[in-house]
Amino acid sequence: MTGVAGAVIDLAAVAVLVVGVAGLWRRDLRALVGLLRVQGMALALVAAATAATQHDVGLAVTAVLVVVVKAGIVPTLLGRVARADPGARESAPLINVPSSLVLAAALVGLAVVVGAPLHALDPGRAAALAPLGLATVLVGYLLLVTRRRALSQVVGLLVIDNGVALMTFLLTAGVPLIVELGGSLDVLLVVVVLRALLGTMRARLGNVAIDELRELHD
Amino acid sequence: MVISVLLAPLVVALLLLVVAPGRGAEVLSVASSLAVLAGGIALAVATVHGHVVHGLGGVIRVDALSAVMVIVIGTVASLATSAMGRTIAVTADAASRRRAREYGVLVQVFVAAMLGAVLVANLGVVWVMVEATTIATTFLVGHERSRRAIEASWKYAVLCSVGIALAFLGLVLLYFASAHAGAGPRAATLDWSGLRALAPHLDPKVTRLAVGLIVLGFGTKVGLAPLQSWLPDAHSQAPAPVSALMSGVLLTVALYAILRVRTIADAALGVGFLRTLLVVLGLASLGVAAVMVIAQRDLKRLLAYSSIEHMGLVALAAAAGTPLAIAAALLHVIGHGLVKSVLFLGAGEVHHAESTTTMAEIRSLLRRRAALGGVLAAGLVALAGLPPFSLFASEIAMFRAEIGAGLGWAAGLALALLVVIAAGLLRAGRQILLGPGEPAADRTPRRAIAPLVGALVASAALGLVAWPLATLLHAAAGVLS
Repeated sequence: MTGVAGAVIDLAAVAVLVVGVAGLWRRDLRALVGLLRVQGMALALVAAATAATQHDVGLAVTAVLVVVVKAGIVPTLLGRVARADPGARESAPLINVPSSLVLAAALVGLAVVVGAPLHALDPGRAAALAPLGLATVLVGYLLLVTRRRALSQVVGLLVIDNGVALMTFLLTAGVPLIVELGGSLDVLLVVVVLRALLGTMRARLGNVAIDELRELHD
Repeated sequence: MVISVLLAPLVVALLLLVVAPGRGAEVLSVASSLAVLAGGIALAVATVHGHVVHGLGGVIRVDALSAVMVIVIGTVASLATSAMGRTIAVTADAASRRRAREYGVLVQVFVAAMLGAVLVANLGVVWVMVEATTIATTFLVGHERSRRAIEASWKYAVLCSVGIALAFLGLVLLYFASAHAGAGPRAATLDWSGLRALAPHLDPKVTRLAVGLIVLGFGTKVGLAPLQSWLPDAHSQAPAPVSALMSGVLLTVALYAILRVRTIADAALGVGFLRTLLVVLGLASLGVAAVMVIAQRDLKRLLAYSSIEHMGLVALAAAAGTPLAIAAALLHVIGHGLVKSVLFLGAGEVHHAESTTTMAEIRSLLRRRAALGGVLAAGLVALAGLPPFSLFASEIAMFRAEIGAGLGWAAGLALALLVVIAAGLLRAGRQILLGPGEPAADRTPRRAIAPLVGALVASAALGLVAWPLATLLHAAAGVLS
């Protein structure tokens, strides 16, 4: 791994996690979507720099795909939802911001512990960064379970997905292209479907927080 | 060749974009399902002696296990599409026509995605297809557009996507382990057969993490406790034929992925790790099902919890893992697909006739609607695991195999929970079926009842003579050992 590309990978991988944690801090839904776009770009940068060091054409294609889907189409689709509801804020997260940041720190620690066998198997520089991906996944879960607005939940889902993608770039320079293509298509379609469902929800039920939907139980 | 028959759902999905909703669309949908069933039988004939059919430059890989799954998909899809016209009312107004068209297309895409999942060689593509089933079914679950249906479909889409993201992370780690299995990074693979060959050389620590994540991820989609919270909502809010497809076969498609991964895990880690995990998930599922079935007031939710029960039973058999256990588990999958479809479609007819599925509001069906009541009675008896239906035979066989594999204590616990669940099912049956009443004027048409009776007869026949399936089931179990 050459020096410059290696440094780019280091910085961009850290950026993916930092942006994820920032998502726990911002409550403005539009800002949240903006963060998602930044995270997509950082992720694409990791893929592109890895592709450059390994002369991997498949991964270069993947990097373009990441820019188009995760930094382009998906945030744009979600941004429209956020703009349709101006001033929309995460009303009251189930855990307040300082506590969620403390929890996030604990999750990063957990990721380092859980990720230890990965580094043991591959002592390379990129694999050493894998806990960043794991931590991003965990932060995504935290975002998802502590936020009450539907849109924040979708963002949480996508942060998880970005964390997994970061793991693939760092550990194995991506997954086989057919899986990458299928996975990207799935992400895109999930967002389209959830956005349409949000539209139906708004038309039928008005602006609801998800935990107000509590009719189904035993 | 044979594989191309399995493109039928995709072709029909495209056709349904232009064909007007109504009788023609129904005929096309049923034809597509029957083509899948026929294709499955042809694949079974081709693979029963251990052959593997490859296609599309190695993307497709079909063995006897895939063939069994295609047959289950084709069978349940045939039953579900035959009931399409009964559930989806096509009236003159544009919105209802648009929704009917959407329904027809999405059902075909859903079936196509399930077929894709069981036919591909690469576990990553299996994952892509399973996630595609979530996407296709989200709108089907929310078809009614009621507040409850929207709630159910939101929960379903988010929880299943989040759960299955874990499985993808697990697959990435497995891919990583395969790159460091001593054969060089170029040998890295997510192909099932490739991973199986590399399995003894996979790093145990990384593989343990990977397998744990994969089983929890796909386990969410199977509805294994404690990951089942979306299931009763989705299965009870969806239109009856969609519930039949989701309960009868989608759950087992996700379980199929776990069965495939089990062979890799056992070769890399020994049988202990995954066995423990599956026993815990299986018994937890049976426990949750037992508690919820007893207290249940809604017919469709009752059926949904019973699906969690049956997936728990299959997970226990997978934990035992012997060829006998797997063959029995696959017979159970087939029997459950048949019976659960019958009951969900029957519940759909009840909803049609009585405008409710709350059991306290349904009475004396055997008197008032003899044919429908009879079908539900037979279905509940079959679901409770009583003879002559095949679930009885497969449950006995699974328990015997578990005892043989040293899991006698788990089998004993499962049997106790099964008795509780059977009592709950029969009590529910008594509540809605028995009692005095006069025959209702609006009888359920014979056209709707006939497929259900056929499926029940098939299930009983399978319980009495496993031939001609026995050879195929043993071949499929052989694939996994």
